[in-house]
Amino acid sequence: MLRAALLDVVDPTLDRSLALGAAGDGALHTAIVVGVNGVGKTTTVGKIARVLVAQDRTVVLGAADTFRAAAADQLETWGARVGVPVVRAHVDGADPASVAYEAADRARAESAEVLLVDTAGRLQNKQGLMDELGKIVRVVSKVSPPSEVLLVLDATTGQNGLTQARVFGQVAPLTGIVLTKLDGTAKGGIVLAVQRELGVPVKFVGLGEGADDLAPFDPEGFVDSLLGQ
Amino acid sequence: MFANLSDRLTETFRNLRGKGRLTEADIDGTIREIRRALLDADVAVPVVRTFTSNIRERALGAEVSGALNPGQQVVKIVNEELVAILGGEARTLRFAKTGPTVIMLAGLQGAGKTTLAGKLAHHLKQQGHTPLLVAADLQRPNAVTQLRVVGERAGVPVFAPEPGVTREDERPRGNPVKVAKKGLKEAEQRQHSVVIVDTAGRLGIDQELMSQAADIRKAVEPDEVLFVIDAMIGQDAVTTATAFQQGVDFTGVVLTKLDGDARGGAALSVAEVTGRPIMFASTGEKLEDFEVFHPDRMASRILDMGDILTLIEQAERTFDQAEAERMAQKVSQGEDFTLADFLSQMQQLKNMGSMKKMLTMLPGMGQLRDQIENFDERELTRTEAIIQSMTPAERDNPKLLNGSRRSRIAAGSGTTVAQINSLVKRFEDAQKMMRAMARGGGMPQLPGMGGGPGAFGGMPGGKKSKGKQAPQRKVKGKSGNPALRAQQEAAARNRTPAAPAPGSAFGLGAQPPQEVDTSKLGADLGKYLGR
Repeated sequence: MLRAALLDVVDPTLDRSLALGAAGDGALHTAIVVGVNGVGKTTTVGKIARVLVAQDRTVVLGAADTFRAAAADQLETWGARVGVPVVRAHVDGADPASVAYEAADRARAESAEVLLVDTAGRLQNKQGLMDELGKIVRVVSKVSPPSEVLLVLDATTGQNGLTQARVFGQVAPLTGIVLTKLDGTAKGGIVLAVQRELGVPVKFVGLGEGADDLAPFDPEGFVDSLLGQ
Repeated sequence: MFANLSDRLTETFRNLRGKGRLTEADIDGTIREIRRALLDADVAVPVVRTFTSNIRERALGAEVSGALNPGQQVVKIVNEELVAILGGEARTLRFAKTGPTVIMLAGLQGAGKTTLAGKLAHHLKQQGHTPLLVAADLQRPNAVTQLRVVGERAGVPVFAPEPGVTREDERPRGNPVKVAKKGLKEAEQRQHSVVIVDTAGRLGIDQELMSQAADIRKAVEPDEVLFVIDAMIGQDAVTTATAFQQGVDFTGVVLTKLDGDARGGAALSVAEVTGRPIMFASTGEKLEDFEVFHPDRMASRILDMGDILTLIEQAERTFDQAEAERMAQKVSQGEDFTLADFLSQMQQLKNMGSMKKMLTMLPGMGQLRDQIENFDERELTRTEAIIQSMTPAERDNPKLLNGSRRSRIAAGSGTTVAQINSLVKRFEDAQKMMRAMARGGGMPQLPGMGGGPGAFGGMPGGKKSKGKQAPQRKVKGKSGNPALRAQQEAAARNRTPAAPAPGSAFGLGAQPPQEVDTSKLGADLGKYLGR
């Protein structure tokens, strides 16, 4: 009973695939990854890139996290791991929107199929930073309107996850959620509330630090684990 | 929907006034509200249970039923109990008697360990220690590079013999246990007084990594093991904290990302379940955003009650010192307050973040929550647009604004002439007030400064009142409060001129930082005070 009701809330019928077009359709599709600090955005970008490369897509990564120390280096390591180019700022603390634009520009010039933009972590109550995120989305849209804006949520997050989703949803057109760190003891129940409020489906779950530890979201498995089965 | 505990309890008790004694059922209702508030704040369920049963005992006692306002009395009890748990064993860092003090950081991925390592090093360095950062996170790509950068910013050396995972290496090389050991030896050799070991993020259930952390602990025998935890963490806090307690037996807790708007109930769960003190709080992205943990503030935060101290600190952080001084100078010299000043004040206000958020931080605003909810943040932006559509001459002298100019401004800012009229009107009121202040008439009936519900009496949630808030807060920003000024003045007089300005919250206007000439200051201040 409870399981069925929960499953109903999770709604297995939602489309949980990445809307990044089919391989070889020639168009550039953009995905932007957003979230608060330390949820695993950069790692998620690396993992998604890996998935896309495995599907024979040409990918460009944009390191628009110009704030945290060595964030771009971290993304470059991921880029090297999966063999995709990374566009990064030449100086520390550059305007992230300009890096994003440069990445979009390069992706277009190289006729890449997918552009993945990694952004800096920002707490949703920092107005200035949220405005900055809005700018990144706008600027990228000039080259190619993002077909995916993924909000990364940490499974350990509590009630605040809902506020995060709400505020991020106001500045960026969220299309999906990535639930990370689900390999721990946390179950990430807050995504139920988030999905219900925003109507945005959970698309992936992160299950570890390895390059392959990204799995499609499995509604039934999720509900079972919520119920401790 | 976000009514805080204080409001809810007041509501629960509203019908009880006049009753001689509270019944069991009355208390049950109260306990239910408390439980809900705590769960809302992410306090773990078992902790909520024991906590509320403690509250129940006290609430049944005479102190509540005898109180004039039982609701507030219960809130007070809850608050006291929270502070007692959160700050039960408050203490500072323990330093080693001989040799370097070793501090080890542990926590989940993304809790903020590396950033915290830098902040802690910076903090200790300012206290005269000579910290050494040891990079024992060889797991995450470029974590070592991050620590290097952080160390560089803090001006603290970083010991990193192993590069960890970088572009060239797919697999982590090197052994974090050995790195930690070597780091300790290095520190002994180079006579560092503190060693901070940054470890990789790990999950509580990851046996392999947990035992590795335990090995690091054994190898360096730290004086303090700090468990770094994200304030946003939910119900999982207890499991994680217990796992880490068993794994590395931490001696203290650091709460990070407290600058977010999470209520941070996890703090309570962790303190209660592990019995370890929460020692520090990390409140921002800069190195200086690090402070000793304040149990009382955390209690208010968990209960979602007004947090005036945080508001003041936020104001201090974002207010532009130079700008505030320029304004103070201007007022004291009797210059007129112009629309340009109005604009700059407003922009500073906006820098502080959401106006709604700030208003809810003020105590006693609970009853006005609905009005605050209706408050339109964009109103500030609109006002800004109007002023920005004016020429500099118009900003300096709004009297210039005739009908034609007004319609030009309306077109330029995408507003209507009526909106401009009302802005000009509001501005003139503010200007009058400033003039009166400069003349020495004290503070003539500042709208809404009294605090409490009466202050916002005239606030129908409409546009006019919103505008009013800007001038009113702006005045506050320069400590327009006569009492406060008097205090500052007294403080300034009692001080030798060379003494540093006291850390008064909004004291920017009163004390130019260098060479405080008390006599002159007194005269200037006298203007405001009508002496």
